[in-house]
Amino acid sequence: MNLAYYPGCTLKTKARNLEEPALAAMESLGFKLEEMDRWNCCGAVYSLAEDDLIRQAAPVRNLVRAKKQGKDELVTLCAFCLNTLKRANLLMKQEVEKRNTLNSFLDEGVDYAGEVKVTHLLEVLRDRVGWGLLSQKVRLHLRGLKLAPYYGCTLLRPREVAIDNVQDPIILHSFLEALGANPVGFPESTTCCGSYQIVRGPSTIVEYARRILRSASNSEAEGLVLTCPLCDYNLGQGQKELLRLGNTFKEMPLFYFTQLLALALGLTADVCHFELNYGNPESLLREKGLLSRVESLSTSGGPK
Amino acid sequence: MATQKQIAPTVSAKKVRGEFVKKVKEISGQNLQMCYQCGMCSGVCPAAADMDISPRRIIELARLGLEDEIANSKTVWICASCLGCTVNCPRGFDLSKVMEAIRQLTLRKNVDYVRPEDIPPEDRAKLPQIAMVSGFRKFTG
Repeated sequence: MNLAYYPGCTLKTKARNLEEPALAAMESLGFKLEEMDRWNCCGAVYSLAEDDLIRQAAPVRNLVRAKKQGKDELVTLCAFCLNTLKRANLLMKQEVEKRNTLNSFLDEGVDYAGEVKVTHLLEVLRDRVGWGLLSQKVRLHLRGLKLAPYYGCTLLRPREVAIDNVQDPIILHSFLEALGANPVGFPESTTCCGSYQIVRGPSTIVEYARRILRSASNSEAEGLVLTCPLCDYNLGQGQKELLRLGNTFKEMPLFYFTQLLALALGLTADVCHFELNYGNPESLLREKGLLSRVESLSTSGGPK
Repeated sequence: MATQKQIAPTVSAKKVRGEFVKKVKEISGQNLQMCYQCGMCSGVCPAAADMDISPRRIIELARLGLEDEIANSKTVWICASCLGCTVNCPRGFDLSKVMEAIRQLTLRKNVDYVRPEDIPPEDRAKLPQIAMVSGFRKFTG
């Protein structure tokens, strides 16, 4: 089954370790993530100003083009892109006057009224594959890996675009259980990582990182599971900065959920690009015997 | 932790900027009178400890039209638009939009809060695109 896919800018460069394992893993589950033709940056953050429609042009143009290409659904992997595209889509559905202005300005030859459904890959796994079937497809159970699911902001806020319960999300928890890992709940799983404040320098996000890492570590997590390239950057840079400031702690390896998916489906570690992750996740996987087991799986035949 | 301003600012006809209140309402689309000052926004804000004026007080100062007090505060620039306040407000008030409106009122005067050229080249090379694009959208006019 083919799914129209919007990658966004970061996945093509800094976050190849989020995209590449996702494409390979979904293919082994029978879904081809088919990159849409002619996409542009979504704008990264949804504009919160009511009177500034020009900032909606970027996300809406992607949605209009998806419609023109005959798509009724657009799957995203990046939590930022999901949020921006989904909010822009709601605007086109609900606000007639703004919709008319944007359609006229974009001049793409079709009128768009929010017909394309924007979804995140985790929703595809939950609603289309199902945790039961996913669990059956797992070839390498990630047993013994104590991982803290970190949601951040953009998958859950605002309420209108949340992919799960805003206060008490379980989607990543269920995902990790399906892979055989041990998900570890922790109080700061939906606390902001500092987001774009990082452009003002690492000192701006260090307290956010301290709070999140301490909470995960107190819950005995051995690694954090992420969906967003900016959370990944901030929690990596945050750890570097905390160490530079003289704090002593065991570094927390960072994983993208797609890397764990690929690994659990028996795909080789090459596709996961763990070398791009902070905190040396490969060392943790080796310690748990998971890398040697996935290597022996790959020599005994491809994923079924 | 920043020291929060404890002394209430004086309100006088000279200081109140009716035009400012009107613009904040227009840009944010929020009815500032909806807020009943419970302080939930300040309670859930992960950055409140670093702010010189708490999120709750920003709303109060904005509806009083105290433009200068707000303009001299760093609160709206510390806000990371995480929307913790938005989803927790018992009145359904969207403070993130008010923060954006106040940022916009500065940025639209062609004042950049962050100058791209001040970001060290080694950071520019490493920062993910979503950080750069969102940072410029929030901090430059």
